[in-house]
Amino acid sequence: MKKFSVKTIVAIGIGAALFFVLGRFVAIPSPIPNTNISSQYGLLAFMAAVFGPLAGFLIGLIGHALIDFSWGGSFGGIWWSWVIASAVCGLIMGLASKKLDLSGGRFNGKDIVRFNVTQIIANIICWGGIAPALDVLIYHEPTEKLVAQGLMAGIGNIVTTAIIGTLLCLAYAKSRPQKGSLEEEKDA
Amino acid sequence: MKNIFNYIERESPIHELTGATKLICLVLFSVGGMITFDTRYVACLAIIALLLFRISKIRLNEVSILLKFTLFFMVFNNLVLFVFSPQYGVEIYGTKHVLFGSGRFTVTAEQLFYHLNQMLKCLAMVPIVLLFVCTTNPSEFASSLNKVGVPYSVSYSVALALRYIPDIQLEYHDISRAQQARGIEMSKKENLIKRLKAAAEILIPLILSSMDRIETVSNAMELRGFGKNKKRTWYTANRFRAADIAAIVFCILLVAGAVAHNTLNGGRFWNPFTAG
Amino acid sequence: MEEVVLSFKDFGFKYNAQVEPTLYNIDLEVRRGEKILIAGPSGCGKSTLVHCINGLIPFSYKGEKTGSLTVKGKETSDMSMFELSKSIGTVLQDSDGQFVGLTVAEDIAFALENDCIGEPELHERVAEVADLVSIGDHLGKSPAQLSGGQKQRVSLAGVMVDNVDIFLFDEPLANLDPATGKQAVELIDEIQRETGSAVIIVEHRLEDVLWRHVDRVVLMNDGRIVSNSTPDELLSGDLLRRYGIREPLYITALKYAGIQIRPEMQPWSIRSIELSDSDRAKVCQWFARHSESEEKTPSEALLSARNICFGYDADHRIINDISADIRREELTAIVGTNGAGKSTFAKLICGFETQNSGDFFFRETDLKNLSIKERADHIGYVMQNPNQMISKVMIFDEVALGLRKRGVPEEEIKKRVERVLEICGLKPFRKWPVSALSFGQKKRVTIASILVLEPEIIILDEPTAGQDYRHYTEIMEFLLELKQRGITIVLITHDMHLMLEYAERTIVFTNGQIIADDTGYAVLTDREIIEKASLKETSLYSLAEKCGIGDARAFVRSFIEYERKVFRE
Repeated sequence: MKKFSVKTIVAIGIGAALFFVLGRFVAIPSPIPNTNISSQYGLLAFMAAVFGPLAGFLIGLIGHALIDFSWGGSFGGIWWSWVIASAVCGLIMGLASKKLDLSGGRFNGKDIVRFNVTQIIANIICWGGIAPALDVLIYHEPTEKLVAQGLMAGIGNIVTTAIIGTLLCLAYAKSRPQKGSLEEEKDA
Repeated sequence: MKNIFNYIERESPIHELTGATKLICLVLFSVGGMITFDTRYVACLAIIALLLFRISKIRLNEVSILLKFTLFFMVFNNLVLFVFSPQYGVEIYGTKHVLFGSGRFTVTAEQLFYHLNQMLKCLAMVPIVLLFVCTTNPSEFASSLNKVGVPYSVSYSVALALRYIPDIQLEYHDISRAQQARGIEMSKKENLIKRLKAAAEILIPLILSSMDRIETVSNAMELRGFGKNKKRTWYTANRFRAADIAAIVFCILLVAGAVAHNTLNGGRFWNPFTAG
Repeated sequence: MEEVVLSFKDFGFKYNAQVEPTLYNIDLEVRRGEKILIAGPSGCGKSTLVHCINGLIPFSYKGEKTGSLTVKGKETSDMSMFELSKSIGTVLQDSDGQFVGLTVAEDIAFALENDCIGEPELHERVAEVADLVSIGDHLGKSPAQLSGGQKQRVSLAGVMVDNVDIFLFDEPLANLDPATGKQAVELIDEIQRETGSAVIIVEHRLEDVLWRHVDRVVLMNDGRIVSNSTPDELLSGDLLRRYGIREPLYITALKYAGIQIRPEMQPWSIRSIELSDSDRAKVCQWFARHSESEEKTPSEALLSARNICFGYDADHRIINDISADIRREELTAIVGTNGAGKSTFAKLICGFETQNSGDFFFRETDLKNLSIKERADHIGYVMQNPNQMISKVMIFDEVALGLRKRGVPEEEIKKRVERVLEICGLKPFRKWPVSALSFGQKKRVTIASILVLEPEIIILDEPTAGQDYRHYTEIMEFLLELKQRGITIVLITHDMHLMLEYAERTIVFTNGQIIADDTGYAVLTDREIIEKASLKETSLYSLAEKCGIGDARAFVRSFIEYERKVFRE
């Protein structure tokens, strides 16, 4: 395994903590009764875009597993299939990071498209493919139900990430000192 | 808010196992429960799980809230299963014993048996996860991961996540209230797009200040020599004992049992309808 | 002479991303066993200097250096960050950021774990060091269960395990209440004596650090060292004022009385300073000339709290039966230790939390029936860290946010936002992105974004924390202006100067109860309250005693009033 920088290790830890808090406590009511929108995938896409695919993978993996653990497995154990799907989602989203330069303060029109195309592909692969496939294998529930569940989650996550993820990237890029026009004070 | 992972300190044989052992056992147990749908086997797992739960000295009332969720989930999930594929049992078992009703939602013995299987699985898995969560000290968890071969950098990421969850939770609470005061709302009054934008407005300050936190914490860790060596020791490391090895061997046997069952049954399901 | 452990020779540094260097011609030597205070206004380069010493520069922040920096005779550019961390232990300002372990013991053990120290040495070393800073009884506790002072002890223990040669403290007092800050200064002193290491403290709160003796004070400005002398010498001149560092209050008072401060008077502390009979007479004469003052009649209550109780669980109450009034057009300070319930009280007023029993009344309205948003139309709340409130990229949008959410027509929004930006001195920046502003300006943006909703009361949580004297004065004078425009202001603060100088009234919290509700001078001259609420006696009080002035309270008041007059002129 590639050696992580200390900063990436911390980003994984804090990213997973944020993923957890968002997934566990931030309730945005969705149009479907009794279900909430998962804002954590917007965060995941953002963190992956800044810190890369491996960080994205681990944030999704650790964050999602911790959410399931905190419910004490009360939703029928740990849903390993969805945990893995979250992780792979972070991984694929992170592939965009190579072409982005958020820390350098850049997030222009082209980048927005790049970021969103990647997240849409990631969500389709994970929630339309990986999650239901693993579910069929592990839980042996009817495929229709699993695909319906996956599609609902996938579409929800695409919309969430398109809005929350994009806005986060914009805000972060704007908060970075722009190249060549740095503030004078480093202290304070 | 304090004890989000529900660790309950107590003296029991389960508590004494290392976190690594418990994690391995949890995974093995899950695998065992995943690969077979043999009702007899799953019933055995459920009984073992409940027995272990007793040994851990965790009282039911300490986890009653979580158990209520389980009950709700079990009913809800089975309803959804039924609505989506009311004849799934027939498909699996290949016979059709109609009990009552007609049309799409004809209730068959096969379908009910399938639901019984699903519920038994839930009954086997829930106590085991609960057991893991309630008897594993979060402090020891990261060192356990490292011990079972996860690189220490990743193990420490897990420790950091556990460390900063309460801080971030508090910060989120404060930020979201202050933003609500300015009029940002995520309630149903607004349409979905507006709601998501509002969520972003609340999350932006939280995430930007977390980015600052990442910088501070990584500085602090570097200043104290994190990442210096290929290995690191752990203050909370727990030594492996005979009981740990016994527990792991037991769980491996469980998995082996499941595999054996599948081979003997010639499939993942045990079919009482054709057997009799 | 002791060995030189740290030495800068004609040292300079420039960040890659900046055009101008941040440090110029630094020459400084620190010897084993020495204790040095580095002071200077924000932006003077002291944080950069700290980063150069502990190795974050050049390992984490890139740039160009000139000249030489050696630690124990070895050039730091030839050392790794890890090698350097064996010699230099840094205690960061943010003790939550520094506390990386899940429990006290794990955090103390952190550096040892990274060094692969095994059992039984690991546990023994941790226990030993924990006892040295008296945190041994709390080894299993998580950071959430500790007070600010205890967290700092853990931070200190965490670097002590390495037997470092130099302790480096970056603004150690910034987040502590006054009494805890005093204990921290005592602890640093003790540790130095026991270990014989060198200590470098970076802090702009000079008087608080001088609670214990320091060998030298290094004063920085604009990236250069402008003075390097004993505290006695420094206090005898006027360099502090020139560079925007607050003098100890008793020194200012003596200067007002026309006394020439000389190094041989040992002016570094109010306890050590030697005043001649004629000096004392001068102080008394000054007091006699300036002792008349008018008492203001209190205005009517705008917000009343009646028997408020609050706690997350039944046996632990954070707020216990509190009744208090906030009066119209007054500036009220709420003080007390961390965890005394001050912030919780403010959050209850704003509806961020809901009390278990009791009522709040705004004028005649019972707040119970109002939502968070509705309350915000009357009572605004400004968080401590402006970064926790800002969610828009542009300043105008940030200030307009609350109005837009309330459906105010865009034309009116424009008018109101521009007026508020004008009041807050932000008009020239209205088209700027928020990120281009300094911390103090960001604070103004958050205040503006609350002001625009036209509340009658504004509650500010630690508005001046971490600010140097110039920024502190700027923020506070701005708040005074707001008060003159008819806005009632409530401040939650640890800053004793602030409550003395700016607040008409001070409410003192201890363990969820109010133990005093009086003027700042009355509170800070009452030994019993000071002790109970972990406040710190003002040195003016001790000065009055030293000069045989009976009515110390009146003396403190005269001083504050006189100083305001001087300031305005």
